[in-house]
Formats: sequence, structure tokens, C-alpha cells
Amino acid sequence: MFRNVAELVALAESKQVKIAEVMIQQEIEVTGLTREEIIEKMDRNLTVMEQAIERGLKGVQSFSGLTGGDAVLLQKYIKSGNSLTGTILLDAVSKAVATNEVNAAMGTICATPTAGSAGVVPGTLFAVKEKLNPTRMEMIEFLFTSAAFGFVVANNASISGAAGGCQAEVGSASGMAAAAIVELAGGTPAQSAEAMAITLKNMLGLVCDPVAGLVEVPCVKRNAMGASNAMTAADMALAGIKSKIPCDEVINAMYLIGQSMPSALRETAEGGLAATPTGKRLEKEIFG
Amino acid sequence: MKYRSAFDIIGPIMIGPSSSHTAGAARIGRVARTLFGKEPKKAVISLYGSFAKTYKGHGTDVAIVGGLLDFDTFDERIPQAIQLADQAGIEIEFIVENLVTDHPNTVRIHLFDDEKELDVVGISIGGGTIEITELNSFKLKLSGEYPAILVVHQDRYGVISGVTNILAKYQLNIGHMEVSRKEKGNMAMMVIEVDQKIEDIVIQEIESLPNITQTIRMVE
Repeated sequence: MFRNVAELVALAESKQVKIAEVMIQQEIEVTGLTREEIIEKMDRNLTVMEQAIERGLKGVQSFSGLTGGDAVLLQKYIKSGNSLTGTILLDAVSKAVATNEVNAAMGTICATPTAGSAGVVPGTLFAVKEKLNPTRMEMIEFLFTSAAFGFVVANNASISGAAGGCQAEVGSASGMAAAAIVELAGGTPAQSAEAMAITLKNMLGLVCDPVAGLVEVPCVKRNAMGASNAMTAADMALAGIKSKIPCDEVINAMYLIGQSMPSALRETAEGGLAATPTGKRLEKEIFG
Repeated sequence: MKYRSAFDIIGPIMIGPSSSHTAGAARIGRVARTLFGKEPKKAVISLYGSFAKTYKGHGTDVAIVGGLLDFDTFDERIPQAIQLADQAGIEIEFIVENLVTDHPNTVRIHLFDDEKELDVVGISIGGGTIEITELNSFKLKLSGEYPAILVVHQDRYGVISGVTNILAKYQLNIGHMEVSRKEKGNMAMMVIEVDQKIEDIVIQEIESLPNITQTIRMVE
């Protein structure tokens, strides 16, 4: 069983396989399930992700009324041809938003790694799909590669906002997505690790401050920024740029930052945006 | 290693918006129902900490009731669970508690019907993962993730080895086991998590042992 990113990359390099394959092999060993069963299980997750994006792009509203409809606005804006950033980048953002809006509206999603951060991995996957034309199996592998990096973060730091702030949720999701994008685009395992490191570095310190305690504001827009962060870092890694701080050290830094964060900034809705006058007003409007 | 599977990271498939407040809550409700063994007639649900503060916005209430109706985390009927419970003739009562508990996401579920009642305390520890920490005032630690049996028995010598011998006979490997008792010589409980599916014959043999009061099987 790999314990950190260095071991994960070394395993992929020595066996000359993708990181996805290392994760699949480990899953077979740990669960005792067959390869076919494991692939099928991930295939179901992929289907749920695809359906959530489709639903979100048609437009949903949450019960609180705080979120919904932004994915639709973004798609219209992309189609207008006036967007300043690239179409794929904005498509990833809109699909991440779509997924998280469906989540906020109590729709069906796949936690990746949590529900609050469920938009980033599918958002980026279904955006790069348009350019890279992956097979269904390559898309499933994208999720296993994401899982491999998330597995390291979960076991060495945290993927929970309550434990480590939003850096642990959207930050982890973004790093996972960046690593998987690199692999799907033909990068090396080492480049995947660089992309993960670059992404997570830029998410460090991100607090978890949900308005009214709900997974909506600022969560939906943080999924958007997480997706764009992942896309940019993936391109940087594919360009040959390296992180000066190795990936495992970045993950450990994230863990230590989370540990030193006051509890007001860890999903308690007592600090940050939740504590602003507008945040308090919205809380009162929703819960009385 | 806290997490062992790729599907702990990518998954579960669930109804939003929160893996801990919605999916975890649904799982606790479902484990409570499994432990009760059937659909209850009445449920008193006490919410603590973050569950108490944000349950309406997160659908924690409908998720727990969905679990009591045996719905999985991804069941699309979860948002309507309270109406569905009402239609099924199940009485539901929510109590918002102010007490501070060890874990911020804690719920106590008290289930009744004409014959029996059951009291379960569960915590949602993140990413949809849960632990059952109390059953009828017995302290325990049960994830609900692996096949498990709960054996209520008299605190006598040889009872534990009697049970484990039967598990060995059917080649069931124990992954986690704990024993707790209220008083020496009195009522005690074993919680045994195993790696394989537990067949009916195993339960029957355990129940036929002396000093066994009740055996509950947790289904995967």
C-alpha cells in the first residue's frame, strides 16, 4: 500500500503503468473484489457525475434560495463568444458549479472527496473531455488517479472542512483533479505530482466559513475557483514547471495549517464570510 | 491508515448537500433501523451540536428519516422522507438539544413499536463515514461499513469463546471486536466486525448457546 505521493509515483514508474493502474491494483488487494467489479463500481460513480452536470446545466435552485442558476449563466456567456479566459477553462468552471448547485439543491451527486467539494473533479473531467476525447475507460481511470492522490491526502492530512478548513475539501479536490488532468493529457506520473503540489500550494489557508452553516455560500464558487486552479496547474505541470516544494511536503503543510486554524474557521459558521453582516442577515432570513 | 479504499475518496453516491450532515445522517438512520430489525412505529430523534444548528438547511432531518425507512444515501425519495414516513404511519418527533457532546455531529434515535424499544447514538465523522457509539446505553464503536454481529449476553466465563469458536468453524475472520458490560456478572454485549458475509446458520448457532440473550446482525 502506498503511503505518500513519492511512493505512488515510484510505483507507477517502476511498473511503467499509469497512476490509475496503481490505485486499481491496490483496490483489488484491499477489497478482494475483482477488477471488473471495481471498474463497474467506478463506472457508476462516473454516470452519477455526468447526470449531475446535465441537471445543473439545465438550472436548479436550492431550498434556501442561496444558490442555483449560475451554471446556466456561465454556459450562456461561453456561447456568446465574449469570454476572456479560454472556453475549456470556463466550461470546467461552469460544470463544477453545475455539480455543486445540484448538491445544494439536494440532488444526486458523487462525493469527490466530499459533497461540498463534489464539483471540481467531474467539472474538469467533463470539460477536458471535449478536447481530449477520452474513452469511457480513460474517464474511469481519471477518477482512480484522483482517488490515488485523495487517498494520500486523506491518510496524511484531511479531506474534511471541519477538521482542516476548505483547503482540505476544495483544496484536496483541486489537487486531485489537476493530477488526473495531467495523466489524461499524456503527462508523466511525476508531472501529475507536480500539478497536485502546485494546485494545493495555491489553496493553502483556505478557511471553511459556510454562511448559515450551509454547503452553499461560498462553497459553490469555491468549486469554480478550484476547477480553474486545477486546470491552470495542470497546464503548468505539462509545460514542465515544477513545484519547488515537493508534493508530500505541501500536503503536510496543509495538514499543519489546518491544525492551527481556530475552530471559528472550520465549518462552524462562526467566522469568515459566515460572520459578515450579510452572512448573519442571510442566516436569520433562512433559519429565523 | 484511516482510509483504505478508492471509494472512500470517490463516493459515496448521495443526495446532497453534505456528506456528513446528509449522507452520514441517512446512514445512521439506516443502521438504527437495521438494529431495530423492522420498521418502527415511532421515532424520537434528538439532534446535538452542528446537527442541531443546521439540520433544516442540510436536510439532516429528512436524511435520518430516510434511513429509518431503509433508504440508501442515494435514494431520491430522501427529500420527501418525512411525508413518506407519515404515510407509512410512523410517528416522528424531533428534539433540538443544547447539550455539548464529544462530537459536533451527534444524533440519538429512540425507536419504538408495541413490542420493544431501542436507543441508538450515532456520530457522523466526515465524508459519509459514521460510527454508532451507544446502543441501549452500552458504549460501543461500530462503523456500519462491515458485516457485524452484536451479541447481548450474560457476563459469564466461556461465552465469548463459545461465540468466537462458531465464527472460526464457519471461517469468518474477525476484523474488530469489543466487549462491554454494565456491571460484573450482569448484562454484557459483544460487537464483532467480520470480513465475510454472515449466513443465517451462524446466527442460529450463536443464539443456541447458553447465556445468549439476543443476536443482531448488521447487513452490509
